Amino acid sequence: MTPLTHALAGEAALVAGVLAVLGFDLTRARHWSNGARWRAATALGLAAVLVALTLVLSVGAAGPAAAGSFLLDGLGTASRVGILVLAGLALLLAGGTARLRHPAEFVAILLLATTGFLVMAVAQQLLLAFLALELASLSLYVLAGFDRTRPESAEAALKYFLLGGLSAAFLLFGFSLLYGLTGAIGFAGIAEGLARPGLTPLLAVALVMVLVAFGFKVAAAPFHLWAPDVYQGAPPVAAALVASASKLAGFTLLVRLLWPGLGAAAAGPGLPGWLPVVALISAASLLLGNLGALAQANLRRLLAYSAIAHTGALLLGVMAAGVAGPAPLLYYAATYGLATVGAFGVVAVLDGAGVGPRIEDLAGLHRRSPLLAGCLFVFVLSLAGIPPLAGFVGKFLVFAAALRLGGLHSPAGILAFAAIFLSAVALYYYLGVLKAALVSAAPSDRETRISVPGSSAVALVMAAVLLVLLGLFPSVLLGLFS
Amino acid sequence: MNALPCTIYVSFTGALLALVAGSRSAALARAVALVTAVTALALTLVAASHFVPAPGLQTLVDRPWVDSLGVHYHLAVDGISLTLLVLTGIAATAGVLFSWNVQERTGEFFALFLALIGGVYGVFLSADAFVFFVFYEIAIVPKYFLVARWGSTNREYGAMKLVLYSFAGSALVLAGLLWAYVAGGGQSFALGDLAAAAVHFPRIEQLGMFALVFLGFAVLAGLFPFHTWAPTGHVAAPTAASMLLAGVVMKLGAYGCLRIALPLFPVGFAFWQPAIGWLAVAGIVYAGAIALVQDDFKFVIGYSSVSHMGFVLLGLAAANVRAVSGAVLQMFSHGIIAGLLFAVVGRMVYDRTHTRKLADLRTMALYRRLPFAAGSFVVAGLASMGLPGFSGFPAEFAILIGTWKTSPLWAAIAALGVLVAAAFTLRVIQVSFFGTAPAKPGAPELAPLPPITRAERAGALLLIATTVLIGLKPDLLLNWIIPSLQSPLFQTVLKGGTP
Repeated sequence: MTPLTHALAGEAALVAGVLAVLGFDLTRARHWSNGARWRAATALGLAAVLVALTLVLSVGAAGPAAAGSFLLDGLGTASRVGILVLAGLALLLAGGTARLRHPAEFVAILLLATTGFLVMAVAQQLLLAFLALELASLSLYVLAGFDRTRPESAEAALKYFLLGGLSAAFLLFGFSLLYGLTGAIGFAGIAEGLARPGLTPLLAVALVMVLVAFGFKVAAAPFHLWAPDVYQGAPPVAAALVASASKLAGFTLLVRLLWPGLGAAAAGPGLPGWLPVVALISAASLLLGNLGALAQANLRRLLAYSAIAHTGALLLGVMAAGVAGPAPLLYYAATYGLATVGAFGVVAVLDGAGVGPRIEDLAGLHRRSPLLAGCLFVFVLSLAGIPPLAGFVGKFLVFAAALRLGGLHSPAGILAFAAIFLSAVALYYYLGVLKAALVSAAPSDRETRISVPGSSAVALVMAAVLLVLLGLFPSVLLGLFS
Repeated sequence: MNALPCTIYVSFTGALLALVAGSRSAALARAVALVTAVTALALTLVAASHFVPAPGLQTLVDRPWVDSLGVHYHLAVDGISLTLLVLTGIAATAGVLFSWNVQERTGEFFALFLALIGGVYGVFLSADAFVFFVFYEIAIVPKYFLVARWGSTNREYGAMKLVLYSFAGSALVLAGLLWAYVAGGGQSFALGDLAAAAVHFPRIEQLGMFALVFLGFAVLAGLFPFHTWAPTGHVAAPTAASMLLAGVVMKLGAYGCLRIALPLFPVGFAFWQPAIGWLAVAGIVYAGAIALVQDDFKFVIGYSSVSHMGFVLLGLAAANVRAVSGAVLQMFSHGIIAGLLFAVVGRMVYDRTHTRKLADLRTMALYRRLPFAAGSFVVAGLASMGLPGFSGFPAEFAILIGTWKTSPLWAAIAALGVLVAAAFTLRVIQVSFFGTAPAKPGAPELAPLPPITRAERAGALLLIATTVLIGLKPDLLLNWIIPSLQSPLFQTVLKGGTP
């Protein structure tokens, strides 16, 4: 086995899965009912994800591969495992909410997006990073517009595609400037090239381009405008993927690019680098996300604004990764992903049952489906950062890491303090959701029970249990990341 | 001794069992809750009987938890925490007894109730700031649902206000603790290690850290002017929740001040001491004065809680062994007395008369119709006024004597607060139970009220017996508390040696 195929065995398994899903659907399952085709496609997709998971684990931390284009380290493995788990949960949810047509295409594209995420987690080269990012992004655009019965879905896809395309242009421009400045496309080579010149105007332009592009991709303010519309319009499972696995992969790539790659340009004595820019974007996201979420009446838009706020906290983790390592950031990203997949999973089930989209429509959920209400309780409290759930540990780790940058009176410290305080604001809107679901009584015409499809129930319970376990035993996951 | 951590596990397990049992029958959920609360109380009492008072914390469990932060799951106990653990056990048991009539979603009610209790036990047992904080936040969320779902007047507003105040307070605590942790090298959250590191911090940082941590905790203890969540929250809460809120949860804040803020940042404390003392004194008098003019029975008790918690904070601000031991005793005493007061108001009176307006109650001649409630309330009122023979007396007396040594002016004004407390308590006893105002013309004939149940009697007698016992023999608790204050951690902040 050559090093390259060894390194990318997981990705290969997913691509094989894509072909298998499509092939099976075109041949054997051609005349089956839509529901049966969904079941078949999800089963095949899940099998592919499981095979990929074992392959990724068996590859382990093997070191650089393919002439330094990939880096197979503990961080990469942990991130890939996280991505596969999140994608697997999304698949389970997709199987349970089979309302869309063309199940095989949906599952195949979901697997393709996951392939892109996996490459993002180990890429060590501008070209590969860009390819992986675009593979993932293009797949996500399609998934966002997959529900052809609803105009909102088309609108979401178009907005996502236009802004995403624009950000891809920014990214490519920034990357080409980096290449021009350093003559290298590998992160290590770029780091070497940047060690000499300091911050030139051209480098500043390149950095801004890259940060703007990533800002779009991870939905950081002020580049967040697409997020609420996409989260609202896209099929819930697609939104879950955008908010979870895509974020984990994006932040893995970003932290690898910024710290080992562009670490020299972070900030020097007397000369500003990219660190202050990230700090500004983080502050804007925290503020805008949390305040924006206060005003939302639609559950999915609320989750979108909460995602923007969490992006702000994650960017704080990016800043701190230089001194504290990437573990706090990626623990946060992975556990946030779990909670979001879960929350969107609940949305998906409710969607299938015709409940929603407003928060107040959740009224009486505790009677109509105790399982959904209980799971939502765990997911929302984890998003709010309440112990003993994993969201609390993530928050704690990231804020502690941020304070290591220079105490509470440094800019990062003030930002962390603001983030801590805004989490009290966040609790207000999170409790609003839980109040509707657990406290309010259902209007008398809506007291029927909501049936939860089996595979969705499995996915939701798994996500909730994982959030509790990772909160009680955070060292398990943290050990993987560091 | 080593069974004490089980109070936490028993409570959380009980919470899950109550949830499951509740889906079958309400009676089963009640039974589970009572068994859980009594078991935990028994565990604390057994541990207390084996307790040997000594300076410093006695470790119960200590094992690594989050390696990358240096967090240890470290539980320990000293006389102060033991006092409050016993209080928690008694308050929880009484709370279950006074919730016997919860009919709606009984299982969920007791699950949240026991989860709250589990968090409280955890806070009192923690010897690691991270563990402390985890349990502290666990105790916040159930409060929201208890009040918002099973509460009364303005419950959703009261619940949200209560939780946001608590959470904003805990955000301040988190910021201060993280700052101290990182400044101390980021190796350990053990209280001893943090205190040892904090000695080397620049003065200005100590001032900042102390302000954040103390203020964060003091919000929950009802420090004036951040106390406004307390009356609205207590009034909105269902009876058992107000008993726990006033009885135990407010103590979490005061305990945090004593256990974490003071020993960790003595320099910061020295700077802020006058401000804390004055705010405490202001709270005692102000809340007492407000209680004097309320026309809602429960609001009177709500404000009286703020006033009595002012004594706790004053005792801490005075910072000598006499005053601080009085403050801890006052935490215990107020936990019992406030529990009883809220039980009488919320369960015995309101659930039967469906009014808390003093103007209505005075026409009802409740002393004849609910003699047991009237008797309990008189006892609780006398205890609350600080009459000798009840636990409030040794507590407030020790606080006033101790405060006198630090600042006679504070002691004098606080003594005025005792008078105000006597005034509003006597007024409310007179108006609510012994009112003789004639009923409004045309008002319906007085219907017989449901008799006091056995559960209510048991709960009230438990609380009365405790306050009398400690009133007659305060040394039972002081013999635990005072040696604990001799530990080196406290000695850096406390002046005055043994009383």
